[in-house]
Amino acid sequence: MEYNYPKFTKEMKQTHTILIPNMAILQFRILKAALEKEGYKVEILNNCGSEVAQLGLKYVHNDTCYPALLVIGQFLDALNSGRYDLDRTALLITQTGGGCRASNYIHLLRKALVKAGYPQVPVASLNFSGLEKDSGFKLTLKLARKALASVFYGDLIMALRNQCKPYEVHEGDTLAMTEKWIAACQKWMKADCNYSARDMKKQFPVICRDFASIPLNRVPKVKVGIVGEIYVKYSPLGNNELEKFLESEDCEVNMPGLMGFLEYCIFNMGEDVTLYGGKANTRRVMNLLLRYLDGIEIAAGKALSENGFHAPARFAVLKTLPEGVIGMGAKMGEGWLLTAEMIELIESGYENIVCAQPFGCLPNHVVGKGMVNRLRAMHPTSNITPIDYDPSATRVNQENRIKLMLSVARERLQQKNAPVQPMELYGETPRVEHHIPDAMAGSAL
Amino acid sequence: MQLYRAGIDIGSTTVKLVLLDEKGEIVFGKYIRHRAHTREALGELLQEALKQTGECELKVKITGSGSINLGKALGIDFVQEVVAVASALQFTAPQTDVAIELGGEDAKIIYFKGGLEERMNGVCAGGTGSFIDQMAALLQTDATGLNEEAANYKEIYPIAARCGVFAKTDIQPLINEGATKADLAASIFQAVVNQTISGLACGKPIRGCVAFLGGPLHFLPELKKAFIRTLKLTPDMVVDPENSHLFAAMGAALEAEDAEAVSLTALIQKLESGIAMAFELNRVQPLFTSQEEYDAFVARHARAVVPKADLKSYSGDCFLGIDAGSTTTKLALIGSEGQLLYSFYANNQGSPIKTAMRAVEDLKQHIPASAHIVRGCSTGYGEALLKSAFGLDEGEVETIAHCTAAAFFDPQVDCVLDIGGQDMKCIKLKNHNVDTIMLNEACSSGCGSFLENFANSLGLTAEQFAQEALFAENPVDLGTRCTVFMNSNVKQAQKEGASVQDISAGLAYSVIKNALYKVIKLTDPASLGRHIVVQGGTFYNEAVLRAFEKEMGVEVIRPDIAGLMGAYGAALYGQKQAEPGRRSTLLTPAQLRAFKQEVRNVKCNGCGNNCQLTISNFARGKRYISGNRCERPVTGKAGNDDLNLYDYKLKLLRRYKPMGGSRGHIGIPMCLNMYELFPFWFTFFSKLGFAVHTSPESSRGLYLAGQGTIPSDTVCFPAKMAHGHIHALSQMGLDAIFYPCMSYNMDEHLGDNHYNCPVVAYYPETIAGNCPELKNTKFIYDYVGIHRPHDFVYKMTEILNKYFPGIPKTLVQTASNEAYMEYDRHMAQIRAKGEQIIEQARKEGKRIIVLAGRPYHVDPEVNHGIDKLITRHGAAVITEDSISERAGLVHTSVLNQWTYHSRLYAAAKYCTTQSDMDLVQLVSFGCGLDAITTDETREILQAGGKLYTQLKIDEITNLGAVNIRLRSLFAALDEKDELRRKGEC
Repeated sequence: MEYNYPKFTKEMKQTHTILIPNMAILQFRILKAALEKEGYKVEILNNCGSEVAQLGLKYVHNDTCYPALLVIGQFLDALNSGRYDLDRTALLITQTGGGCRASNYIHLLRKALVKAGYPQVPVASLNFSGLEKDSGFKLTLKLARKALASVFYGDLIMALRNQCKPYEVHEGDTLAMTEKWIAACQKWMKADCNYSARDMKKQFPVICRDFASIPLNRVPKVKVGIVGEIYVKYSPLGNNELEKFLESEDCEVNMPGLMGFLEYCIFNMGEDVTLYGGKANTRRVMNLLLRYLDGIEIAAGKALSENGFHAPARFAVLKTLPEGVIGMGAKMGEGWLLTAEMIELIESGYENIVCAQPFGCLPNHVVGKGMVNRLRAMHPTSNITPIDYDPSATRVNQENRIKLMLSVARERLQQKNAPVQPMELYGETPRVEHHIPDAMAGSAL
Repeated sequence: MQLYRAGIDIGSTTVKLVLLDEKGEIVFGKYIRHRAHTREALGELLQEALKQTGECELKVKITGSGSINLGKALGIDFVQEVVAVASALQFTAPQTDVAIELGGEDAKIIYFKGGLEERMNGVCAGGTGSFIDQMAALLQTDATGLNEEAANYKEIYPIAARCGVFAKTDIQPLINEGATKADLAASIFQAVVNQTISGLACGKPIRGCVAFLGGPLHFLPELKKAFIRTLKLTPDMVVDPENSHLFAAMGAALEAEDAEAVSLTALIQKLESGIAMAFELNRVQPLFTSQEEYDAFVARHARAVVPKADLKSYSGDCFLGIDAGSTTTKLALIGSEGQLLYSFYANNQGSPIKTAMRAVEDLKQHIPASAHIVRGCSTGYGEALLKSAFGLDEGEVETIAHCTAAAFFDPQVDCVLDIGGQDMKCIKLKNHNVDTIMLNEACSSGCGSFLENFANSLGLTAEQFAQEALFAENPVDLGTRCTVFMNSNVKQAQKEGASVQDISAGLAYSVIKNALYKVIKLTDPASLGRHIVVQGGTFYNEAVLRAFEKEMGVEVIRPDIAGLMGAYGAALYGQKQAEPGRRSTLLTPAQLRAFKQEVRNVKCNGCGNNCQLTISNFARGKRYISGNRCERPVTGKAGNDDLNLYDYKLKLLRRYKPMGGSRGHIGIPMCLNMYELFPFWFTFFSKLGFAVHTSPESSRGLYLAGQGTIPSDTVCFPAKMAHGHIHALSQMGLDAIFYPCMSYNMDEHLGDNHYNCPVVAYYPETIAGNCPELKNTKFIYDYVGIHRPHDFVYKMTEILNKYFPGIPKTLVQTASNEAYMEYDRHMAQIRAKGEQIIEQARKEGKRIIVLAGRPYHVDPEVNHGIDKLITRHGAAVITEDSISERAGLVHTSVLNQWTYHSRLYAAAKYCTTQSDMDLVQLVSFGCGLDAITTDETREILQAGGKLYTQLKIDEITNLGAVNIRLRSLFAALDEKDELRRKGEC
């Protein structure tokens, strides 16, 4: 079946307001400013509530993954609200273009719009893989660079906030600091400044130093990493405010940044050539791009560790971690990156992990749930709990399972009675030698 | 004052309280059922403790799934229940290696050795106490009764254990076929065991001393025995701690050392002073806002009545219809004008035959001599059984029976929605003919009977429960995924203190949303039609009826005999078929008195499938066999598979036998994509000098052998099957097992890309990470790209030399050339055979069914013999890959990027150009991609004027529901053909 769906044309840039579903909150706030500077009228959706999921259930096949239900439900809820001129509203959705069904969200959204009576609303795709070439939404070089800068700044501020908030002496300091720097980044995007690699490298230490000035009381706390399907991992709507819940349980949260995912997408295009053959040029271009990004990552990491913070592993390091655990060809959904992030978290002291995925998420059968046994074999102290999200799954049920994970974590924390020095806590990430797991030894049913 | 440590455990069904002295001895320990009133129940327990111990100080902690909110409100610290159980166990039975605890809603497993590891079941609550309760209710008993029955079992039936809904789908037909309660009870317990081992242990073996904890394992010794049997434990390995049902509370008490002490009376006071608890669940619109609204509603529906007449004074021909549903039996007798003369409606009580017997006897008593039954027709799940038992003249599939009834009642009907106990169906009509048929899949089944069972558990009848809902002010949103999720949400709602009214109304909404969003997939009320007739026993529930009207914003027609419409339709159908002067073959009163039924269970030895047959022998030498997948046990001959491309594909694969082996022996698991690529890899490795072995053909036993290593219980069944194949290969002493990861499949230029689905692509990774039996085997699971034949040679040479040094590239080149050729030849053979079948079928005037699935659906253990079922209905079966080439690239509104799915779209498109060809889509439960493909395929077919039929399959082996779908399809097609013929005349 083929629909003639409305295209997002160049002219609409002037006339239409573009709605964006909320995912990675800080990163998207900066991105919004960047888009606005380019002349787009943008609004990030914050509507939530039961109506969102209900609309999703109504207009999308119910066995489709939860993020699709939510994103589409959120769009429809917004369109239903009457706050937007329907002839002057467009939607923007990301597309990863992999072998996962997520590449199909945009099509499901279009189908849903027709069914819900909004056939005139155009949908634009934000992707790096050349899908939807005829769209009037153009990722110009400048916009692409700004988008990258949004992610870099957002990731950095997110990491700083997560490392400060649980330890702050005066409640609210971290929040104020976060808001201050998000505003600054937004201003830079609008003023066309500080988005080049060189400028970012200059700004990172400034931001980190400022965060380091927040008075902290660094008592040992349970440290929890969050990995998972990209939307459910980041979006509070998707994961029932997981971050907030963990904070309320007095944990330090580590959510690996969004940049890793972008680099993973870029890397995979080159890795295909390595694994299956193809144009060596593709790989060369991808590697150049990755090297450029790595330079910025190094600067961000340096700024963090020099100011006493934990620096998450760079992508260049992440991609070496899965060796012997999962192949680099596993590229659907979050693929090998999800496994790599879990290894990175475990090895840098965040051995308690929530692996969040939509109920029935296909890649996570392999790269998430499928790898837990192996990771435990390699790192007996790892404490991983896979949590499924679904419109009908109760929050209490999810939180109870997370609490189980936290109980184990707390017990372990108490056992490590020795006083922990900040330097030890936040210094260079200790590296653990990899070995092929032997722990499966002799365990036949 | 005396100081005790205390633990409170608030579970899904009970509240427990334990007081420990300083030595850890139990001073007070008791549990009571809370029936959703957790606060009151706890208060009762505390009062009792006060009576026994007098005023004392308590260091108290709280645990259990229902305690988080209450604990917060009371200011008591929470201990996660698994942690509590673990600490109680370490205190009382330190020798324990593994503990298995089953609770009301949760199942847990704790490993003590090799690093404490605690696990809980995921969101699906199969294999728990409430699962056992539900299954017991199906057998008209309770958990204890189930336990008593299970002691005397003879046979274990395979029952899908992963969830209550699936298990019910397997059990219901077994009940109706007359399987004994003892066997069913034991099978249910075995299902729980299998679920715990596969779903919870997820690959980590259960060995050493095992403790069994929790209510179900404490009170149901037969369940415990099933565990011991399956885990092969010797008596000294079974840890049997005292007071195991109080363990969580005891553990909480042990953990309470650091809690602040409070006095017992203060605690009671706090509880009684009224505490505010937070709501977690959303609320939805009330059903009625005023009495007037309700009165108008009632008045409107009171107008929908079928004509009735008095049986006693009737004379002339009459027609009998019996609807043997999954949970109820209905009977209707009509006169020549279609007027209802007599009706009967009752619960099956576990035996549809006996219930129907009762009904027929009752009818025979009332019927006057002036009335003659000239035709009898059965319908529903038990159609064939009843037809054979009572000598009825006709049998008709229930969809058609329902349609017939609705069309007679309202000739202008354009949509029929039926919600019965187990199934939901929606039939749209165009010009009085079936246009589309939509039936629920396993997941959304059982909604109707869930309402009734739940009402009964509250001590209410279904009617009373429905009445409660009408004026509920804040109905609770209880979700839609399935009855298991609903049940768990209901428990949550009860703990939040939601009223019965709000829950009843919430459930009515949930049932309706399930029907609307999952079965009908409807978004626009107008597309339903203008004359919507709703029927089925569930619509007697006014709350459900109202919820439907509210949700869709339409007014519908509910006949006053909503629950009888199937039987009524069957009677009408019989009337249509009646021939003048012929009397019904229905049993005479004398025969009825002599009626008896003997049920035997045997294993069929006709072929390797060894189907579990249920044979019912009736007086007069009549016999009814069920459980068979082919005709052999009935006719003594195997079915004819000449027109079955699935069978041919299997035969093709069986032809490859290992040969040579100068370089070594290599094993290939026959799972997932190997069903298509085996000819490729066989040829490739044979040419390289390897003897290529396969794992044995799939069987139930093979699945069970591998189920312990499945890490994700929501993955599709074909993937789960892979674990069994790998297990078998690992025992074969091979030099290597080859199972490559493949992001990409062959590019057939039918779509925008040629991916495999994530599971097919990367399942070898899961195997490598979770199957300990591979430890001493070379497992080759590198990433391989067969979509680039030229590069394949280079890359494969590299890979092979890692494992078998010294294989020259030239040889790989030759082997690869041959492999591609063999693959092409294989696929060409399939297409040629397809062509031949199509021709032959056309010659014989048979229907051609494209049974469209994936290559691995050829596995009989995966498709459960659906291909043969179709040929038994007289149609030819071909595959999607035999015709996909004919349509070429299909433009779709979704991204067409998976090789297997591109074939599906192409096959669907091609079907629309062939008048005698129809497509039936096979979908594996849990296949996320098919959430996208099913809608698209449906649209392609419907745009081409074709019916869409989807068969969702999983571990469930019972084909009853599948059969109804297929028969509905055939009936609708026959009707269409009839119409076409008439049009041509």
